[in-house]
Amino acid sequence: MSLFDYFRSSRKSSASVAKERLKIIVAHERGRRGGPDYLPQMEEELLAVVRKYTRVGDDAVRVNLEKDQGFDVMEVNITLPERDED
Amino acid sequence: MARIIVVTSGKGGVGKTTSSAAISTGLAQRGYKTAVVDFDVGLRNLDLIMGVERRVVYDFVNVINDEAKLGQALIRDKRVENLYVLPASQTRDKDALTQEGVGKVLGQFAEDGFDYVICDSPAGIERGAQLAMYFADEAIVVSNPEVSSVRDSDRMLGILSSKSRRAEQDDEPIREHLLITRYQPERVDLGEMLSVEDVLEILSVPLLGVIPESEAVLQASNAGVPVIMESGSDAGQAYDDAVARLLGEERELRFVDARKKGFFSRLLGK
Ligand SMILES: Nc1ncnc2c1ncn2[C@@H]1O[C@H](COP(=O)(O)OP(=O)(O)O)[C@@H](O)[C@H]1O
Ligand SMILES: [Mg+2]
Repeated sequence: MSLFDYFRSSRKSSASVAKERLKIIVAHERGRRGGPDYLPQMEEELLAVVRKYTRVGDDAVRVNLEKDQGFDVMEVNITLPERDED
Repeated sequence: MARIIVVTSGKGGVGKTTSSAAISTGLAQRGYKTAVVDFDVGLRNLDLIMGVERRVVYDFVNVINDEAKLGQALIRDKRVENLYVLPASQTRDKDALTQEGVGKVLGQFAEDGFDYVICDSPAGIERGAQLAMYFADEAIVVSNPEVSSVRDSDRMLGILSSKSRRAEQDDEPIREHLLITRYQPERVDLGEMLSVEDVLEILSVPLLGVIPESEAVLQASNAGVPVIMESGSDAGQAYDDAVARLLGEERELRFVDARKKGFFSRLLGK
């Protein structure tokens, strides 16, 4: 392994970070494409409800729409804050 | 029937106008009667890149409003036969373009025996951009290997497949192509820039071409010459390959490998 390769592999390249982030956001945005216009608003209101009970980040609630034959499935993901292991 | 091809991206400054100028010129060079239409109302620029800015008399909106005939507004290119430019209007009125008006003008191109109409889309996802793609048969989505550009490209793909005429009428879908521009193989090698493969993996649209970041593009725009006419330049050759692929030819990718680029060619931007 050359010195050049060593430096390259020692840290995750910024391009690979970019690729991972893009994959996630593009999948998310595709998931709601063609879905009803109320999704963003609903996401916001769900976030407000969750925040009544616990502290979460701005992107803690994710609503996705899966198209199935004959019916659509709405999937709501709520990411809770990391637990303090004490 | 004139084939309508939109050059679109969502994000601004990625190379739509540069690409529209190059691709329309390449089609005309091959003998196809081709028009390139500037949809960027209020921000006319295609005329400069095509080098016809001093010959603008009437514009797209004049034709829509029946203030001029299409033939009066079209500027015939003096260097390349079969090539015509329809400049954008400088009006600030964002509603100057209507779906009906655009449809009427595009229909006229077909009547006048045009083979291709290249629609140079404005940035954004507003009216101008939507009208530029609405009637398209094919779409060239221009993307830079960079996060916001790739994300915007994906958004445009979504709009193409839901808000175009073909989508609304349940016709055969728009044929999509990906054109990656301003590519820098050296930086890809350093892990600083998304690679062709990365962008393809995310967008999964057939690749029309990869245009390298090139000094020749700035020089061509300074001179008002579509860069494809600089046939010795890397970007000019890459655009020529893209036009060939658009017409169904197979061409190997060039200018995507840093090692093959010599020191001298780098200096000359060739
Ligand atoms: N392959 C390239 N290499 C270097 N510069 C480029 C390249 N493609 C475009 N540019 C430059 O980027 C800028 C934006 O290009 P333009 O075609 O006007 O983009 P858009 O129409 O998408 O806004 C211009 O200054 C142009 O010269
Ligand atoms: Mg432009």
